[in-house]
Amino acid sequence: MAETSSVTDGIHYHQHDVLIIGGGGAGMRAAIEAAPKASTAVITKLYPTRSHTGAAQGGMAAALANVEEDSNEWHTYDTVKGGDYLTDQDSAEILTREAIDAVYDLENMGLPFNRTPDGKIDQRRFGGHTRDHGKAPVRRACYAADRTGHMILQTLYQNCVKHGVEFFNEFYALDLIMTETPEGKRVAGVVAYELATGEIHVFQGKAVVFATGGFGKIYKTTSNAHTLTGDGVGIIWRKGLPLEDMEFYQFHPTGLAGLGILLTEGARGEGAILRNASGERFMERYAPTIKDLAPRDIVARSMVQEVLDGRGAGPNKDYVYLDCTHLGAEVLETKLPDITEFARTYLGVDPVVERVPVYPTAHYAMGGIPTNNDAEVLADNETVIPGLYAAGECACVSVHGANRLGTNSLLDINVFGKRAGNNAVAYAKTADFVDLPADAADGVVKMLAQLREGTGTESVAEIRKALQETMDRNAQVFRTEETLQTALADIAKLRSRYPNVRIHDRGRRFNTDLLEAVELGFLLDLAEVVVVSAINRKESRGAHMRDDYPTRDDVNFMQHTMAYRTAAETGASQGIRLDWKPVRVTHYQPTERKY
Amino acid sequence: MSDTQLPQGDPKGQDSGVHPAHSGPTGAPTPMADRPDTASTDDQSSAHQVAEAAAQSSTEPKPVENEYDGADRETQPAPSHDVPESFNVTVIVRRYDPEVDDEPRWVDYDVQMYPTERILDALHRIKWEQDPSLAFRRSCAHGICGSDAMRINGKNRLACKALVKDFDISKPIYVEAIKGLPLEKDLIVNMEPFFDSYREIQPFLQAASKPEKERHQTIAQRERFDDTTKCILCAACTTSCPVFWTDGQYFGPAAIVNAHRFIFDSRDEASQVRLDILNDKEGVWRCRTTFNCTDACPRGIQVTKAIAEVKQALISGVKL
Ligand SMILES: Cc1cc2nc3c(=O)[nH]c(=O)nc-3n(C[C@H](O)[C@H](O)[C@H](O)COP(=O)(O)OP(=O)(O)OC[C@H]3O[C@@H](n4cnc5c(N)ncnc54)[C@H](O)[C@@H]3O)c2cc1C
Ligand code: SF4
Ligand code: FES
Repeated sequence: MAETSSVTDGIHYHQHDVLIIGGGGAGMRAAIEAAPKASTAVITKLYPTRSHTGAAQGGMAAALANVEEDSNEWHTYDTVKGGDYLTDQDSAEILTREAIDAVYDLENMGLPFNRTPDGKIDQRRFGGHTRDHGKAPVRRACYAADRTGHMILQTLYQNCVKHGVEFFNEFYALDLIMTETPEGKRVAGVVAYELATGEIHVFQGKAVVFATGGFGKIYKTTSNAHTLTGDGVGIIWRKGLPLEDMEFYQFHPTGLAGLGILLTEGARGEGAILRNASGERFMERYAPTIKDLAPRDIVARSMVQEVLDGRGAGPNKDYVYLDCTHLGAEVLETKLPDITEFARTYLGVDPVVERVPVYPTAHYAMGGIPTNNDAEVLADNETVIPGLYAAGECACVSVHGANRLGTNSLLDINVFGKRAGNNAVAYAKTADFVDLPADAADGVVKMLAQLREGTGTESVAEIRKALQETMDRNAQVFRTEETLQTALADIAKLRSRYPNVRIHDRGRRFNTDLLEAVELGFLLDLAEVVVVSAINRKESRGAHMRDDYPTRDDVNFMQHTMAYRTAAETGASQGIRLDWKPVRVTHYQPTERKY
Repeated sequence: MSDTQLPQGDPKGQDSGVHPAHSGPTGAPTPMADRPDTASTDDQSSAHQVAEAAAQSSTEPKPVENEYDGADRETQPAPSHDVPESFNVTVIVRRYDPEVDDEPRWVDYDVQMYPTERILDALHRIKWEQDPSLAFRRSCAHGICGSDAMRINGKNRLACKALVKDFDISKPIYVEAIKGLPLEKDLIVNMEPFFDSYREIQPFLQAASKPEKERHQTIAQRERFDDTTKCILCAACTTSCPVFWTDGQYFGPAAIVNAHRFIFDSRDEASQVRLDILNDKEGVWRCRTTFNCTDACPRGIQVTKAIAEVKQALISGVKL
C-alpha cells in the first residue's frame, strides 16, 4: 500500500492508492469498499456527518416485497417511466437489481430501519413507485422514520470508523490533475485547500472518485444546503470534460413555502393530500390514478398551475396546502416527526391540526458528470478516463433520466457508490501512479491569489443572490426561450463582474470568505451550462417543461445532452458546445406518460 | 383556518412584530427563557400575530386552459418577494482571529431582521452585508447537519434553529463559540477532541453472524434505542456540560448517547465492551446530572436519561 506525505515549498504532498472526493453517502459507501483493500483517503470539505445526505427524509427504494408483492422489474419500469424515457434502461436494471443487497448491506451495517410487526424492514409508498406497471401505488420505500438519510449517513460513517478510513476533513478539492500519457489522458491526483490553515495539499492517487453531491445553490429557493455548490461537477467541467443532461433539475413539490425546507414525499406516502385554496384535492384532475403520488415533475407542475390559475392559497395566493390533519398525531409523531417539527419551528404551523403551506423547491440534479455503469467517468459518449470515477448526485449514469423518482437517490448513492469504490480499488491494484507534473498546484495557487489579492469592489454575496434570483425566476418549473435567454444574459453580466469580487478576509485560517468566492465561481459556471442546455432542448420532458414546446418530442430529443466547454479562460460566457448521446433502451419503448 | 404569512410576505402589515415574543432575564450574556421546542409550540400564535395583511400580488397569474397551455406567460410565479415589516436587532459576536487578536473581543452589529428569521440569518447578514471576515460553520440551515452549535445568550443552540422572534430583541443577542473545545477563529472550534471521544466508544454495530437478508428486530426492540439514533453530533450537549468544561478528558454526553444507541440495540453483541469503556474514571460516573445536555440538545434527545440508563446497565446489566 502506498501512503506517504511530505512538504515542499510550503505545499503538502500525499500519496494514496484511492482518493475519494466527498464524504457524503456516495463517498463513504465507496470508502467502505476501498479502504480495507488499498490505501484510501477521503477528502471532504465538510465533516462527513455534516453532508447533505443526512437531510434526506423519506426512504430508499428496493423491491424487498416485505409488505406486499413487488418486483425489480416493476421498479425498473417505474424508474424508466418516471424518468420520461430518458433513463438508460440497462443502468436502471442494475440499480433496481442491486437495490435489494444495498438495503441489506445497510441493515447489516447497523441501520435501524423501521420494522414490520414480524420484525422485517418496513416499507411505505412513494411517488411514482407502482405495482405492476402503474396499476396502483406500491410499498417499496425502506425507511427510518423521516430521517432515512440521517441514518444512512450515520451508519456509513460508523462503518468508516470501524474500517479506520482516513479522512481529510474540511479540505476543499479545487482541481483535478490529469496528465497526457502515451495511452491517453490519465488522472494523477487532486489539489485541495485546507480550511483550517489555508495551506495547499497535492494528493497523488492512482484512482480518483468524485462524490461531491449536487448544486442546488444555483437557485434561491432550495432544499439544498449552503455548501451544495457543485464544486466537483465544476472541477470536471473546467477540465474540459463533458456534463450530461444539465437542463434536468428537479423541483420537489413540497418545500415549506417561502423557505424551501423540504417536507418529504413520505408524508403523501402516508396519506397526506395536496389541496388548493378552496380545499380541492387538485391532483385528482392531473393524475387520476395515483393522484398525490404522481412523480415529482407532474406534481410540481400541477401545483404551479394551480397558483397560476388563481387557485393558490395565502395572502398572495402563491402557495398550496399539504394537508396532514387526517393522519393523526400518532402517525405524524412516529413516522414523520422531523417534518412535523420543521413546520412548527419554521412556519409556526402545526401539521396535526393545520394545513401546511407548500411550494416547489429546487431539489435534485439529474444531470452531472457522465459515467458508465461501472461509475467510470466519460470523456465523450464512450471513452472512459482510466482511474477516474464519479458516483452520487454529482454523477449522471443515467438512472434518473429526465426526472428522478423519490427514494431512488439514496439507492443510487449506495449502489453506484459501492461500484465506484470496488472498481477504483480494482484499478488501483493494477495501475501505477502517474507522475505529478512539477506545476501540479499552480492552477489553484494562482486562482486563490487572484481572488485574495483582487482590488475590485464587487460583493460575492450580491452576485450570488442575483444569480439565484434570476434562476428562480427564469429557469424554474416552467421555462420558455424568452425566460431562459433572460437568465443567460443575466448570468453573462454576473460572470463579467465576478473577476472583480473583493475578499475582505486576508487571513489564512478558516477563510470562509475566500471559499465562498471560489464556490460562487463554480455556481456561475454550472448555472450557465444548465441554461444553455435548457435552451437547446426544444421539447418538454420530465423536469424540463418548456411552455413554448409543451410536448415531448421523441423523434428529435430522446437523447442525452452532452455539454462541452470550449474556451479555456473564464469570461463573460464560457463557450459551450452541445452534443447528443443516445439513450440505451432495453425493454421499454416510450409511450405517453399518464398516471 | 387563517392564512399563514410566509417568510417573504407583503409590507402592509397590521402588527409590527417588534414586540418581543418572550422576555428573557437581563444581563449579558443572558440565558434565554425558553427552549426551542417548547417555544415553537406556544409561539404558533405569535407567528400569526406578526403576519402582515395581504395585498394583491402585482404579477397576477393569468388563467390558462390546461396544464400544457400558457406559452404567453412572461415569468412564472414564485412566492412573492415583497418585504414584510422588519426590525433591528443588535447582535454581539465574540470575535477572535489568532492571526491578529491577542484575546477574543465582543463586536456589536446592528442587523435588520424579519420575524420568521433565525440567528443563522443574522450571522449571514453580518457576513454578507457588513463583515465578510466573520467565520462560522453551517451547512443544511434546518437543524439536521449539526454544524452550527453555538452559545447564544449563554445557552447552546443551533443558530439555524434559534428563531429571532423567540428572543427579547429590545436587548442585544450575544453569540459566541461553544465552550470547552479549543477556539480556532470567531465561532469555530476544533472538533477533533469531540469526535475522538465519539470514536472511542466503538460506534458501530458489532455482530458475528452475517445473515442472508436483514437481521430481525421487533418494533419494540427498535423503539428501545430510537431516541439516541437521532443524534447529529453537533456537540451542543457535551459543550454545555460543566464537567466537560473542567475536565476535558471526560467522554461527554454525546459519546455516551452514541454508546447508548448500540448498547440497547438488540442486534449488537458488544455492549459489554462499551460498558467497560464507559466504566472508566472519565466515563459515565463523572456525570452529575445537571440536565444542561438535555436542555441543549436540538434533537430533543433525553440525554440525561440515556446516561442514567447506561449507568443502570453498568450496575444491573443491559435490559433490552
Ligand atoms: C432535503 C432532502 C431530502 C431528500 N430525501 C431523499 C429521500 O428521501 N430519498 C432519496 O432517495 N433521496 C433523497 N434526497 C436526495 C439525496 O439525499 C441526495 O441526492 C444524496 O444524498 C446525495 O448524496 P451524495 O453522497 O451524492 O452527496 P452529499 O451527501 O451531498 O455529499 C457531498 C459530499 O461532497 C463533499 N464535497 C463537496 N464539494 C467538495 C469539495 N470541493 N472538496 C471536497 N469535498 C467536497 C461534501 O463535504 C460532502 O461530504 C433528498 C435530498 C434533500 C436535499
Ligand atoms: S445528543 Fe443532541 S446535543 Fe448532543 S451531539 Fe447529539 S444531537 Fe447534539
Ligand atoms: S446548519 Fe445544519 S444544523 Fe444548523
